Amino acid sequence: MATVSSPGSPAGKRVEVSIKKAMGPGDDKVHTWPHLVRAEFLCSVLVLFGLMVWALLVNAPLEEPANPSRTPNPSKAPWYFLGLQEMLVFFDPWHAGVVLPSLIIVGLMVIPYIDINPKGNGYYTFRERKWEILTFFLGFHVLWISLIVIGTLLRGPGWNWFWPWEYWDPHKVEALTSVNLPYLLGIRDYFWAAIFGLVAILGFFVVGTIAMYAWVIWLKGSEFMERWGAVRFGITSFLFLNMVAVVIKMLMRHMFNIKYVMETPWINV
Amino acid sequence: MSWWQEVKDQITESQVWTSIFRHGYDDTPRNRVLMVSGNVWLHLHPSKVRRHATRMRFTWCMGGITFLMFLVTVVTGVYLMFYYRPVAQYAYADMKYLEFDMPFGMLMRNMHRWAAHGMVIAVWLHMFRVFLTGSYKPPREFNWVVGVILLVLTLLLSFTGYLLPWDQLAIWAVTVGSNMGRATPVLGHEGPFKELLGVNPLYDARAFIFGGGEVGPHTLLRFYILHCVFIPLVTSLFLAVHFWRIRRDGFSGPAL
Repeated sequence: MATVSSPGSPAGKRVEVSIKKAMGPGDDKVHTWPHLVRAEFLCSVLVLFGLMVWALLVNAPLEEPANPSRTPNPSKAPWYFLGLQEMLVFFDPWHAGVVLPSLIIVGLMVIPYIDINPKGNGYYTFRERKWEILTFFLGFHVLWISLIVIGTLLRGPGWNWFWPWEYWDPHKVEALTSVNLPYLLGIRDYFWAAIFGLVAILGFFVVGTIAMYAWVIWLKGSEFMERWGAVRFGITSFLFLNMVAVVIKMLMRHMFNIKYVMETPWINV
Repeated sequence: MSWWQEVKDQITESQVWTSIFRHGYDDTPRNRVLMVSGNVWLHLHPSKVRRHATRMRFTWCMGGITFLMFLVTVVTGVYLMFYYRPVAQYAYADMKYLEFDMPFGMLMRNMHRWAAHGMVIAVWLHMFRVFLTGSYKPPREFNWVVGVILLVLTLLLSFTGYLLPWDQLAIWAVTVGSNMGRATPVLGHEGPFKELLGVNPLYDARAFIFGGGEVGPHTLLRFYILHCVFIPLVTSLFLAVHFWRIRRDGFSGPAL
């Protein structure tokens, strides 16, 4: 046992604490040299060796010289952007190429500020942060990685879907039979179709926000909602609903061939 | 004392030697601390770390591998710069020259490209790991934001480098990847509300990236400078902040 003055105690009062506590929170520390430096060194050697073997065996691609008058079919962006290019199937370029990437970047940045769960800081746990991890899984694995795999491996000429065992036929004909949601529901007038689309989109976000509010209250209680605050809840539900909207739009396209929910002369969603 | 020991002592106690090397190599606690704190490269680390932060099943070593890939691309990239001219007439020929005539040219190019791809994968896995361990939670919130910026910079580094071989793959991948520029609302000539500012193909967001209306020689020079000078400099600045913050806040870990 050691005698130290503990931070919380009145000035000058000495209390008995165990040696372990007296040494403070640094008591599981080890010397960086050699413990961490050794691990980093071995890891670097292994990775560099693997990289060099890979670089000796596989050549970087170099195709024929650049020719602006000959567009290859398919033209694909670098693989790490193919999730976004795949999004072009479902959304107009301004949405898939500008709005969604911006939302992804901003959404990633705000994660530490909207996640107020104090648990799971510095160790692996699923039980203590189920919803955070499931949401990240939806965004990162389902929406980002799997779409990259689809864009890289399953999209051929004309951005048509080809299974790995199928021949990439540049003349494959796919009937473009997609229709807008209002048309599918029987609205033939452009003006009212646009109004319907606008109401549908706004309604999705309003109803979605209310549903999410009710869900959080039911799941965590109103005491949690008070701590979470309106701003955090608003940002979280907006971002989460955008993610859900992407999934819904994909399903609508794949299952019902729906092109736009809202079509106007200026902007289509 | 053997003559060998005498010679050794004379060297290690000379003024020149002691001016360069401030401490010995003995395995003492003091030396272990000096090894880190007295070394400009290693002092990115604190001299002591929490035990679990040295375990690979906790860190996956992915942040370190991302940085290692960055260093590999810097070294191999400098080598490639000696033989490559970012001019449309020469660029593709220089690639062939580099692949077939330069000593280790092909190996350097392969390592550069695969390390760049490896860096993208490693930075994603690093982000995934940091998310799983909740290491962005207070007090490390801002360092996560810096990490997201570094993630974007990594993608931009890789993307700008994609154009430089000046082959079909390069210009069309960059064309497709940059076409979103022309679809930017208000600022792109094919985006919604394009009429507001009177943008046109030669004067909009994409033209700003390309330096002209389409991918051309101007774009090659622009991407070359972004790839080799501007983005690496910005990335280095953010890396310094990123590492410094880890150093200040310590590695995350379970409460003691």
